[in-house]
Amino acid sequence: MHYVLCFVAALIVSAPPGESRAAEKFKAVASFSILADLVKQVGGEHVDVTAIVGPDGDAHVFQPSPLDAKAVADAGIVVVNGLGLEGWVARLIQSSGTKAPVVVASHGVRPLEGEGEDTGKVDPHAWQSIANAKIYVANIRDGLISADPADRADFEAKAKAYLARLDQLETEVKAAIASIPPKNRRIITTHDAFGYFGRAYGMSFIAPQGVSTETEPSAKDVATIIRQVKAQHVPAVFLENISDDRLMQQIARETGAKIGDKLYSDALPGKGAATYIDMMHNNIAAFVKALQQ
Amino acid sequence: MILDALYNALIAPFAEFDFMRRALVGSIALSLGAGPVGVFMMLRRMSLFGDAMAHAILPGAAIGFLVSGLSLGAMTFGGLVAGILVVLLAGLVTRNTALKEDASLAAFYLISLALGVTIVSVKGSNIDLLHVLFGSILALDDTALFLLAGITTCTLLVLAMLYRPLILECVDPEYLKSVSRAGGPTHLVFLVMVVMTLVGGFSALGTLLAVGIMMLPAASARFWATELDGMIVVATVTAMLASVIGLILSYHSGLPTGPVIILATGCLYAVSLLLGPHGGLVWRLAPRVHLEA
Repeated sequence: MHYVLCFVAALIVSAPPGESRAAEKFKAVASFSILADLVKQVGGEHVDVTAIVGPDGDAHVFQPSPLDAKAVADAGIVVVNGLGLEGWVARLIQSSGTKAPVVVASHGVRPLEGEGEDTGKVDPHAWQSIANAKIYVANIRDGLISADPADRADFEAKAKAYLARLDQLETEVKAAIASIPPKNRRIITTHDAFGYFGRAYGMSFIAPQGVSTETEPSAKDVATIIRQVKAQHVPAVFLENISDDRLMQQIARETGAKIGDKLYSDALPGKGAATYIDMMHNNIAAFVKALQQ
Repeated sequence: MILDALYNALIAPFAEFDFMRRALVGSIALSLGAGPVGVFMMLRRMSLFGDAMAHAILPGAAIGFLVSGLSLGAMTFGGLVAGILVVLLAGLVTRNTALKEDASLAAFYLISLALGVTIVSVKGSNIDLLHVLFGSILALDDTALFLLAGITTCTLLVLAMLYRPLILECVDPEYLKSVSRAGGPTHLVFLVMVVMTLVGGFSALGTLLAVGIMMLPAASARFWATELDGMIVVATVTAMLASVIGLILSYHSGLPTGPVIILATGCLYAVSLLLGPHGGLVWRLAPRVHLEA
């Protein structure tokens, strides 16, 4: 729907001769779908955003295609997450030969270290805390302004409005977590994507897969989690849109924990929760539904 | 005391955890079928066939994905059909042209792989289908166990029926051709069985485990027996033993389960290579005292 509106708007604006600004819309490339949404929110109609890893895609393990390299080469600005999420992106940027400035959206975020096996590795899922998402938005705004100074006022206004919406979202998230009894604020997810969320809003998360989806769990890991779930009476396990869920179903079967609604951690879904804010709404609704008793 | 320690080391993991019992049953079911099939494949010089098959199934899995989304059943079925098509076509070419089996198989599996990659990218999704399709031994649900057990049962029944012609086919195909016309059909039925065992193994346990548990014990058995029956028994027992050792090691050490099981078969292979009475290195290097006397 948004695309259609943009297209119509572009037609209207570009109709009078001489007014060619809309035709040369500024091109931005974001490494994955959540970042692309943030860029879209700040850039508005001035920016044409593409995500390299699209909805429901896994940014941890991704093989770029020539089309992706072309998109990066043609871009006016490239936005990446950083913190080691997209190991492939530096090579892609280099080999595409793009001159576009690269914005590291997580610049300035206080990185969180992974736990257990991931000690020493940085957890890249910083966007799961809304405070960090605000840092992302500020970085994206500054990047867009320096790449396209003509639209400065608009970028600033849009970013300001969006930051206000994020503040409101954060209030909602806190209220939702507060409605869950403290002893229930524990869940299991397939890969360790909610470290920042847990730290910011006071929930604990256990995951068999560690912070990247690439690793293979051992029998010991699975046994430890099952013991933990039984001992701490963890009420629910959650599946994500990007991971193999057979292992989680086995854990649920064995512990009697219930399976909650699907969570979106690293990618927006193809349909349904199509923006960052929708994604956070979806996730807290799933938490509340499964844990509030 | 010692009994307690032994119980804790060897039995307790299986007594306490359902997923360990499932892993044990699954790997033993696979071993029963893969042992004999692996020996025949080794004798037919098809030891690298399994790895080719892991790629050849992609277009089937992709079409299954296009038709019914991320459904494991549809993708496995598609993979099975693609695998069988590839071996049947390769088999027909081998039997009717001058091309040798390895070359015609390589040709068809490469075409199949390329077709699969193309189909996946037409859909525009970047989910690694093979990654999703290939299961993990720690996440065997009822369906996966029935699949493995069913395939093993079929395989053993067919092997029993085709035992004589298969041996002739392996040892002296020209002789079989001169006395009977059963050679072609026997070979094709055998190939279909191999594909079934492999694809079932892939979707339940992953490629490394399915191929490894088929070929390494067969290679080890070569050093312990000269008769086919003996080799089959040794291969099957080796595969089962390695599965149990691997599972227990992974449980206590925290190393990933699939690779550890294959490393266990690797160790047994190394022992066979050194000490096996038929062609073991130690016997070759040791001076043949009894001949000099």
